Amino acid sequence: MTLTQFLFWFLSALSIFSAIMVVISKNPVHSVLWLIIVFFTISGHYILLNAQFLAIVNLIVYAGAIMVLFLFVIMLMNLNAETEPQKNKWLKITGVIGGGALLLVLVAALKDADTRNQMAQMGTGDIGLIHNLGMALFKEYVIPFEISSILFLSAMVGAVVIGKKE
Amino acid sequence: MPINYYIFLSVALFCIGVAGVLTRRNAIIIFMCIELMLNAVNLLLVAFSKMHHAVLPVLDPNAGINGQLFVFFIMVVAAAEVCVGLAIIAMLYRNTHSVDVNFLNRLKH
Repeated sequence: MTLTQFLFWFLSALSIFSAIMVVISKNPVHSVLWLIIVFFTISGHYILLNAQFLAIVNLIVYAGAIMVLFLFVIMLMNLNAETEPQKNKWLKITGVIGGGALLLVLVAALKDADTRNQMAQMGTGDIGLIHNLGMALFKEYVIPFEISSILFLSAMVGAVVIGKKE
Repeated sequence: MPINYYIFLSVALFCIGVAGVLTRRNAIIIFMCIELMLNAVNLLLVAFSKMHHAVLPVLDPNAGINGQLFVFFIMVVAAAEVCVGLAIIAMLYRNTHSVDVNFLNRLKH
C-alpha cells in the first residue's frame, strides 16, 4: 500500500466518521467543530488530487470564514445541549431510513457504471495550480466572475436589511 | 485511485447530510448539513475533473479545468447563501426565541 492510498483511506474514514458525528452530536458547538474536521479532510483530498488552489480556498472560506460565522451565531443564541429541541423517535428512525435508502439506490445504480476502469489522476497534472486556474477564470469565465461579485453585494445588502432591527 | 472510490465516498457524505436534514430539528444544524452536502458534491467535481484530465492531457492541456472553476463558483454562492441564511435564522430567533423548525410552521396556518 503506497502512501497516497494510505492517506486516501485515512482521510475517507475520518471524513465519514466526522460527518456522522456532526449529525449525532447533541451540542451544536460540537457539531460545528466536527464539521470543521470534515472540511479539513476534504481539503486533504484536494491536496491528494493536486488541486492546491481549491484546497487553500476551501480552508480559508469554509473552515475559516463560514464556520466562524456559525460559531458566532450559536454563541449569540446561547444554544447548548439542554436547549436542544426534543425530537420524535419515529421521525428520527424515518429520517435515517430515508437517508439509507437513498445511499442504497445511488450505490446500486453506480456500482456497475462505465466509470469502473477510470482512474483519477493523483499528485500530478497542473490544472489545479493557481496559474492555470487564474488564466481560465479571467479569460473564459470573466463574465460569471463579475456577476458573482454582484451576487455577493446583493447578499451583503440582504443580510444587513434582514438583520436590522425594525 | 479508481474514480469509483471517490464516487462512493461522496455519495456516503451526501447521504449523511440528507439524513441529518431529515432527523435534526435545530435550524442551524440543518443548515450545516446542507453545507456538508455541498462539500460532497465539490469533492466529486474535483475528482471528475482530474479523471477527465488524465484521459486527455495531450490533446488539451486544460482538459477538466472547468470542473475546478465550477467548484470555485459553488464556494462563492455557498458563502453568499450562508450569509443570508444565518441572518434569517438570527431574525427568527429574535422574534420567537427558538430555532426549532417544528415550532416555525406559521406559514402553514
